[in-house]
Amino acid sequence: MPQSFAVNVENLSHRYGSHEALKDVCFSVETGKIFGLLGPNGGGKTTLFRLLCTLLPIQSGKLSILGLDVFQKPDEVRKLVGITFQSPSLDDRLTIRENLKYQSYLYGIRGKQMHQRIDDLLEKLGLSDRKNDYVKSLSGGLKRRVEIAKGMLHNPEVLLLDEPNTGLDPGARKDVWTYIKQLRDVQNMTVIVTTHLMDEAENCDQLGILDHGVLVANGTPDELRESIGGDCITIHSDDPDALLVKIESAFQLTPQKIGSLLRIEKESGHELVRDIVEQFSDDIRSIVLGKPTLEDVFISKTGHQFWEEIS
Amino acid sequence: MSEKPENDNKPDADKSISCKPAFWLAVWSLASRELVRFFRQRSRFIGALLQPILFWVFFGAGLKGSFQPPEWAPEGMSYQEYFLPGIAVLIIMFTAIFSTISIIQDRTEGFLQGVLVAPVPRLAIVIGKVTGGAALAVIQVVIFFAIGPSLYYIGLAPSLEFELSFLACIYLFFFSVLLSIALTALGYIIAWPMDSIQGFHAIMSVFLMPMWLLSGAMFPGGDSGWLTAIIRWNPLSYGVSGLRRLMYLEYNIPVSNGLPSMKASVLITLGFCVCCLAVSVYLT
Repeated sequence: MPQSFAVNVENLSHRYGSHEALKDVCFSVETGKIFGLLGPNGGGKTTLFRLLCTLLPIQSGKLSILGLDVFQKPDEVRKLVGITFQSPSLDDRLTIRENLKYQSYLYGIRGKQMHQRIDDLLEKLGLSDRKNDYVKSLSGGLKRRVEIAKGMLHNPEVLLLDEPNTGLDPGARKDVWTYIKQLRDVQNMTVIVTTHLMDEAENCDQLGILDHGVLVANGTPDELRESIGGDCITIHSDDPDALLVKIESAFQLTPQKIGSLLRIEKESGHELVRDIVEQFSDDIRSIVLGKPTLEDVFISKTGHQFWEEIS
Repeated sequence: MSEKPENDNKPDADKSISCKPAFWLAVWSLASRELVRFFRQRSRFIGALLQPILFWVFFGAGLKGSFQPPEWAPEGMSYQEYFLPGIAVLIIMFTAIFSTISIIQDRTEGFLQGVLVAPVPRLAIVIGKVTGGAALAVIQVVIFFAIGPSLYYIGLAPSLEFELSFLACIYLFFFSVLLSIALTALGYIIAWPMDSIQGFHAIMSVFLMPMWLLSGAMFPGGDSGWLTAIIRWNPLSYGVSGLRRLMYLEYNIPVSNGLPSMKASVLITLGFCVCCLAVSVYLT
């Protein structure tokens, strides 16, 4: 295995009883890259995350971090990996400093070295002036920063972040991303981050899209967008079935039907839009022409909308 | 992709940070967190100590008339005096329960996840948590033994017949430590698989409280055959009897129906403690 891959996932499957949460997932993450796992809730992100951070036993497939098999050497892996969970893992009744202190002890860091490290991190994350405040008095954004500091204490080589921006306002979200990118650029840190937000996914160097436990796409955001040819046309109609038949016979192409929407991917879509509007203007409520977005990638790969309920 | 350097050494300013997980440091981390949390919540401190003292005073006053001292009791034993070791056990139990309830909280709030992914042996997690809880229980019991008898001076307790030698105090202390560890580990076993605090309360009322009531803590077995049998099979009875015997160390009370020997008390409590710890480690 080439050393430049920090994380390697091979044919990973996981099931809870009869429910298959992950199906044969394969991907690798290069050292010093931000890898985003994008998918709707229930898509298998959290299961994959829990497997990565050694909280769940591996049922089938292989998972290695920095060349170490997660299943065989969980303790070695734990030393190298920093983790920030989606649910807060801070102790509300302790101060920021105390939280970090106890966490250091768990990782065997203490004494002068520990104080130095904590001060450094607080400085970098702009928390120095709040270090003796109780965690319960902090805002969501500050708490999240402390969470990240907690994951960073033992100076891991790989940082795992589960939905780091849940419940944060846009400003705080941007701060978190700035810091993550800084870690990548300055320390060559490998970061794996899960998210269900399309706009966040744009920040990643590489993206994996998980849907119903299947990794349906994997590549840089640009590559993924380019995988869709040309433009995307989305038509909202009151009677999408009738319109679909009409477009099919008029233009010899088959739109994708997603709920009450019709989707068409086509080179030089503007001409098609013009033609469709001229011929079927009565059937159309709205029509949108755009360059493909990550959402379009998702729809195109899975055949359903991002937020569609899993039935 | 080609810009990646071949070397796997991280160009990093913080290379000096080394992660050498240490067993006792992890234990200390979890145990001292327990203590800090406890003393920050003053209501918890008061609840776990004051409620048993109130029980002691109220029941002591209310049941004074109807109490018949068991045959082994020293001359002139009041109910409140009989009840004293029982209350000490109750304090230990309450504190153990409250500190292990936090396991459930830690789990639902996410703190526990962070501990579980740390490179720490599972044994250290159990020992850390149990040590923290047991230390709290011992502190409270010591305070109770200091406060309880002195309530006599303000008329809330009768004068107590027993006298503690220095040696007896030391023994009492160590026995309390043992019992605290046992009960905290028992709480740990109950709390670990639980996902709600309400569930724990249910177990507390149908299992832990009866266990305490039927341990000879509140009343002796007396003539009732089934009651005596339950008390005999209840491991907590031996904790109560151990404390009771240590209080009257100089009296050399003979072994009787309601009061097992010192040896049995210590051995069974020790065995109970080891079992509970073993199960805790197994669960984690």
